[in-house]
Amino acid sequence: MDNKENKKSIQEKLNTIKYNCGNKTHLVVDNKKCKKCKQKTCSFICPANVYVIDDETKETIVQYENCLECGACRISCPQEAIEWCYPESGQGVIFKNS
Amino acid sequence: MSNDFNTDVIVVGAGPAGISAAIEIAKNGRKVVLLERAQYPGSKNVYGGAVYHKALEFVFKDQVQELPYERIINEHTYSFLNEDSSFEMTYKNANSKNAYAIKRFNLEHWMIEQAKKQGVYYSPNTLVKKLIENNGSVIGVETEFEQYFAPVVILADGVNSLLAKKLGLRENFKSKNFILSAKEVIKLNKKIIEQRFNLKEDLTNGVNKQYFGSDFGKLKGIKNLFMMSYLYTFKDTISIGVGVNLEDLAKTKLNINEVLDAVKQHPDIAPLIEDGQLIEYSAHLIPEGGFNNLPKLYANGVMLVGDAAGFVNSVHFEGTNFALVSGKLAGETALIALDDNDFRESKLSVYKEKLEESFILKDLYAYRNVIELLHSRANSLSVYYPNKIKEFFEIVTGVSCTPKAKEFRGFLIQFIKDRKISELFKDIYAFSKCALDVLLGK
Repeated sequence: MDNKENKKSIQEKLNTIKYNCGNKTHLVVDNKKCKKCKQKTCSFICPANVYVIDDETKETIVQYENCLECGACRISCPQEAIEWCYPESGQGVIFKNS
Repeated sequence: MSNDFNTDVIVVGAGPAGISAAIEIAKNGRKVVLLERAQYPGSKNVYGGAVYHKALEFVFKDQVQELPYERIINEHTYSFLNEDSSFEMTYKNANSKNAYAIKRFNLEHWMIEQAKKQGVYYSPNTLVKKLIENNGSVIGVETEFEQYFAPVVILADGVNSLLAKKLGLRENFKSKNFILSAKEVIKLNKKIIEQRFNLKEDLTNGVNKQYFGSDFGKLKGIKNLFMMSYLYTFKDTISIGVGVNLEDLAKTKLNINEVLDAVKQHPDIAPLIEDGQLIEYSAHLIPEGGFNNLPKLYANGVMLVGDAAGFVNSVHFEGTNFALVSGKLAGETALIALDDNDFRESKLSVYKEKLEESFILKDLYAYRNVIELLHSRANSLSVYYPNKIKEFFEIVTGVSCTPKAKEFRGFLIQFIKDRKISELFKDIYAFSKCALDVLLGK
């Protein structure tokens, strides 16, 4: 499967999940560190495809609304550039069938 | 209870570990507040699909009879997959009641109801932002809205335990010590599930399948990956997932979702979920560091339980049992500390003693090298032996009209010649060390 197809697959799957989304991000990246980063691990490791690298600015765009709160990005970021918190009380992903 | 405290114990996180700890404390007459960041219990939690009877009984006694499970899991299949073939072993005991398939949303809801009956004060929608310390002791928690004080705080805040990290109990989060698992819950007609898996209609049996092997060809980088896939039957859904080491995912640049899609397309698995409707996708981390990477399990006024403590035996898909039992043991320790009015680290070391006496630290110790050893032999387990199994059964079942002796001799010669002989010895060493460690235990 190529990258594009995987992203489409993830998006379709995310549509099955309920969220109570807040209007403030719980994931903050340090774009200074991101620009230095060669691996861009967050851009392929996230099971919800939360992190997208902007082609022009090379900055990391965080689609926090899709976050499954697994923590994979935080642990695998080689620059330790992700400030990772839980969403505010009662917010974020709601798994009902897992 | 001193006037400065709002309650005897605060438990952070209402999963199996936190609920179990809270119940132990409440049923012995002490005050306990159980804080959960989610709106609904269980809605942040993911697992493969089964919770174990003995561990539930340890906490909930006879109440376990009322657990609203979907199916009893009493058929276990171990399957080695190749690109287009598989070898499967099944153990089935239709009378056994060791494990139940139940969704976490329902499991945690049920456990919370039991906890409330025992007098646990449950507070959902409550995110703990940080721990309050005084003179090197944890004395409470700070939520978004207020501060709660208690002489003992039990951290059951899951695999990411940000609170334990802030406190300095867990410093080294390394990606090689975690598995990332993605899972799909697929809806099918109840009757179809029963036909496909040969199950009884009365929900008294169900299947857990564990799959080894990664030589699926199509996905670049998947070969040689050490991964374990799983499937559980529920009433009218099937859960299917895969777990891969986080460091391996980073190295191979694979996304766990595409690995899961590859697993679902395997000719052995695809027919089982055919025509099913995906009703929920999820992902979660599993602490895999084991005994050699445990955090500091207690300090002045605080204890770690469940995933927050890294209590998982991923070889056997065990986690909820470690959570339930470690929670109870931390609860027992808190009761002793309250009786003696001593909450220092030296007193809370009782928790460690209890863990050492139980299966928790015994098993974690016995398995301390197993995952790393198996992981180091990823090619053997995921590619080489599954392929050799295939070659062997092609001879046994092939009816190729060539003399069997010639074929078997050829198989044995190729078994040794197909790769460096040293690889065979490395396998023998790794597998016998695993077996010996587990047998010797602690």
